[in-house]
Amino acid sequence: MRVSQNSATKVVGVLALQGAFNSHERMLSELGVATQEVRTPQDLAVVDALIMPGGESTTMSQLLESSELFEPIKKVIHEGMPVFGTCAGMILLAKTIFDGRDDQVSFNAIDIEVQRNAYGRQVDSFEAEIQVERLNDAFHAVFIRAPRILNLSPDVEVLAKFGSDVVLARQKNVLVAAFHPELSEDKRIHEMFVKEI
Amino acid sequence: MAKRETENPGKSATGSMLVKRGLAEMLKGGVIMDVVNPEQAKIAEDAGACAVMALERVPADIRRDGGVARMSDPEMITGIQAVCSIPVMAKARIGHFVEAQVLESLGVDFIDESEVLTPADEAHHIDKLKFTAPFVCGATNLGEALRRISEGAALIRSKGEAGTGNIVEAVRHLRSIIGDIRKITQADSAELFEWAKRLQAPLPLVQEIAETGWLQVPLFCAGGIATPSDAALAMQLGAQAVFVGSGIFKSDDPAPRAKAIVEATTHFRDPDIIAKVSRNLGVPMTGIGMDKIEQRYAERGW
Repeated sequence: MRVSQNSATKVVGVLALQGAFNSHERMLSELGVATQEVRTPQDLAVVDALIMPGGESTTMSQLLESSELFEPIKKVIHEGMPVFGTCAGMILLAKTIFDGRDDQVSFNAIDIEVQRNAYGRQVDSFEAEIQVERLNDAFHAVFIRAPRILNLSPDVEVLAKFGSDVVLARQKNVLVAAFHPELSEDKRIHEMFVKEI
Repeated sequence: MAKRETENPGKSATGSMLVKRGLAEMLKGGVIMDVVNPEQAKIAEDAGACAVMALERVPADIRRDGGVARMSDPEMITGIQAVCSIPVMAKARIGHFVEAQVLESLGVDFIDESEVLTPADEAHHIDKLKFTAPFVCGATNLGEALRRISEGAALIRSKGEAGTGNIVEAVRHLRSIIGDIRKITQADSAELFEWAKRLQAPLPLVQEIAETGWLQVPLFCAGGIATPSDAALAMQLGAQAVFVGSGIFKSDDPAPRAKAIVEATTHFRDPDIIAKVSRNLGVPMTGIGMDKIEQRYAERGW
């Protein structure tokens, strides 16, 4: 754990069951934010916010159950803990998963329907410039076997689009991205998340 | 970090180094399992694999049968892709760029230019920069890893000795790669020239390691993992994910063993959890000692 400079008392947890969790940690520590890898309910108990990284949502879904984290995380999200899901993390937070596995769990934390791997296989993964609300310059977004938001409720705030697809959205304490802000060098979206803690 | 290959603001670009390495980042902390048919692929996905490697024979069988080992039948790879929602990898022979072209045309998510198959070229590896699909390559030491990265590999796995169920070679290779990375971070700028010469690796890549303290791409472990403790050992030594080949489907009861290895890989620093998941898994693959091996696959690669 690192000592933070600009939000000394807050610890941002990064769900570390599987996936790109250390890219998020690196980005947060560059912002001077203390981080905690979350693999157990004890880890969860010390965090003030939680990032769910990219990775395989089916793998994470099973590890959430076997690590006895699903119910505790569901509880803290519904109590209002700020949470940010990227790619697989967005799938885990969605109300409805289209094309998921029958036994796949979801936190039902944001009123969207998502489709896994909606842009195709890895050869179709891509990077592109997108325009994000409240950010002046374009954001360089990396989409890896990315999910697509098929439907969203009017209660969900749209923060960025790629073409006609919503790729960054927020509902109350829940922020989701279809892409990977942790893979580019640009820290502005993490900054946006950390500011609201 | 690799430089972006495309400057195309407003439009999308596929196949850049960032996009290739991105998928490798997503596999971290996970288990990639060798499977030879759709049934095994389902078992692997159900157990929590983060990807599967589709191949016709697991390395233990290639070792037993001998003969030339080649890319798998496209029909078999397509069959596995049809039942899996997780990434599907497949192997091409070292230097066999046409096998790699075929795998890319099948939409394979990661191509493994693998020493487990019989090499097609004794001097050259595939020019991986020409492909849209990402490549993973094996390495026994840091020089080999950096040569593969300079050819465009987006992921390195320590080779170990595939099909043996014996972790000793994987440990040797991981210690060699990570040990040299640690030494390079302590070297002064003049010593880096000597390191590049000794490793037979491009100087800029060596200088980058001195600066960042790590490889340009993720480092996973392969070759010899048979138990949850083996997986956790590789992770504690510094691997960022594991490949399990023969270790799962050559054991008595693959499904629970697969799930246990997945949990041990996640909780690799927690001996209580590793102990819990290691109970009652049945007999692991028998395995072989290094003195009984006729062909060391790890020696393939240049």
